[in-house]
Amino acid sequence: MHKLRMILARLYMGLFLVFMIAPLVVMSGAAFNDNRLPSIVPWKGWTSRWFEAMINDDRMMVAFGNTLVVAVAVAILSVIVGTASAILINSISGRVRTLLYSMMISTILIPGVVIGISTMILWTKMGNAMGTEFFLFNPGLHLSVLGQVSYIAAMVMLLVLARLQSFDAGLEEAALDLGASHAQVLRRILLPYLYPAIGAGAAVAFFQSIENYNVTQFTRGGMDTLTVYVFSMVRSGVTPAINALAFLLIMVTLVLAMIYEINRRRMARVEADREAEARRASALEEAL
Amino acid sequence: MSDLIRRYGVTITALMCLLVAFWLVMLVIVPNITLFEQSFRPYLPVVDVGGPKDVYSLGNYAKVFDGSIERSFFGIPYMIPVHVMTFGLTIWYSIVVTVACFALAYPLAFFMAKIANPKSLPTLLLLLFIPLWVSEVLRAFAWWIILAFKGPLNALLLAIGAIEAPVRWIVDYDGVVIGLTYTYVLFMLFPIYNAIASLDTNQIEAADDLGAPWWKIHLRIVLPHAKPGIASGCVMVFMLSAGSLLVPSILGSTTSQWFTQTIDQWFKDALDWNTASAYAFILLLLCTIFVSIALKVFKVKLSDIAK
Repeated sequence: MHKLRMILARLYMGLFLVFMIAPLVVMSGAAFNDNRLPSIVPWKGWTSRWFEAMINDDRMMVAFGNTLVVAVAVAILSVIVGTASAILINSISGRVRTLLYSMMISTILIPGVVIGISTMILWTKMGNAMGTEFFLFNPGLHLSVLGQVSYIAAMVMLLVLARLQSFDAGLEEAALDLGASHAQVLRRILLPYLYPAIGAGAAVAFFQSIENYNVTQFTRGGMDTLTVYVFSMVRSGVTPAINALAFLLIMVTLVLAMIYEINRRRMARVEADREAEARRASALEEAL
Repeated sequence: MSDLIRRYGVTITALMCLLVAFWLVMLVIVPNITLFEQSFRPYLPVVDVGGPKDVYSLGNYAKVFDGSIERSFFGIPYMIPVHVMTFGLTIWYSIVVTVACFALAYPLAFFMAKIANPKSLPTLLLLLFIPLWVSEVLRAFAWWIILAFKGPLNALLLAIGAIEAPVRWIVDYDGVVIGLTYTYVLFMLFPIYNAIASLDTNQIEAADDLGAPWWKIHLRIVLPHAKPGIASGCVMVFMLSAGSLLVPSILGSTTSQWFTQTIDQWFKDALDWNTASAYAFILLLLCTIFVSIALKVFKVKLSDIAK
């Protein structure tokens, strides 16, 4: 009976993985099918023409560039704001902390549609009120950046805060006692300790920004990001050039994942070796 | 606060406070207040804005009740305003998606946390993460290919003889529910997995030794322990589903309409930002109410959701 349950559990696990991965395989496969519509059935032979079509699609390349610029801007801003918030939250307590923290968290739950519309209305209204044509107050990708930062900063904040919780504040005291300046304490002690969390936060922010559709859709003005462009293609006149793009993106993700996995296994091996070494050493000590 | 000043000095502390204030005031509070204020203004030609006709009213909110259509419920016909129906269906199908995600994710989370070999777990997690990194629009597009009338799913099912004629998958809200479930199931899986992983395995074994059947172990031990994770997953999935615009637009059929699509149409097609604001505010309000109820029912705090 127990054995049967184990088999069923593994079977379910396998099926779930198929459910998660199969769509990506289908999408990638369609990129190589010599068929005007993106599908893997009926199979009409191998082709690489959709990759050529993708490279020759200027609008897509512009959108791709825009996406990267927006994602980098969002990552930088979110990391700065998120880290500052985490440090601030970590050093206060009581009612104020609860209030600030709840407000920060709730930004993650606000629907993107609401963020997009509210950001758009605020900045364009401010521009109208001041009667200025300054670019900041017109619709455009800079407003998408501001809108995205409003909730992505909260994710960075959570990651940094988790790391801050294990930080030994005594280190800062020691540095101050030894005559370090305030800036030195921040730059040499606190920030280096936070770098892993800040790095992870930057990566999360970057990918969240690339994914984002809702906020961008309402604030972008006439500009395209990749997500918006792909969406418009799917709605009107889709060609497998999209699949070629998807295939490349999936490959990039896979390569990154593999590098990460190989790195992790190496680290695990090093760790295991070290442990074995330590065991041998202590055994030797006891024998002596 | 004084602690901060002692450590980092007045300048850096002030700078940090300024950054946090910029985020919360300029990017969150003021935009939402503007949205709220704007939602009470009528939609006017540019010359009339700020003029005598520009007065606050509930007119934009009243538009929700315009244009009734006839529907029937178990053969009993009734009239319902079309936007109210859209909104109700959005909530209803978001709940369906949430329940489906829970049903799919819970057994897997338990398997991963308690049964799977801990050594192979990181690889497993990485495999599951890959679809999460591929952008949402592409995942919805992938299902659009799969569910197409002449697509691979029908071809596969025909080939193995499970169906005799091709099935139309993207009818009514079916495509939307499938797409949303696929897109957001991982947001349910990871919080539940984290919650179950922190449960002491001895408790399960003790119950097993004392003769509890497997379903009772889950009902009395695992589920109560995983409650914060489940609450977190449910709130995330529900909010993401109800607020999604991409998936319902790509996988929607001619008879399906998501509330966010209605907002989008007011904003982009009708160019009536004020009514769009009113609708967006309704969405925000109802979602807030839903989250509060969920938190009350599960007896968890908002700050636990983020874990």
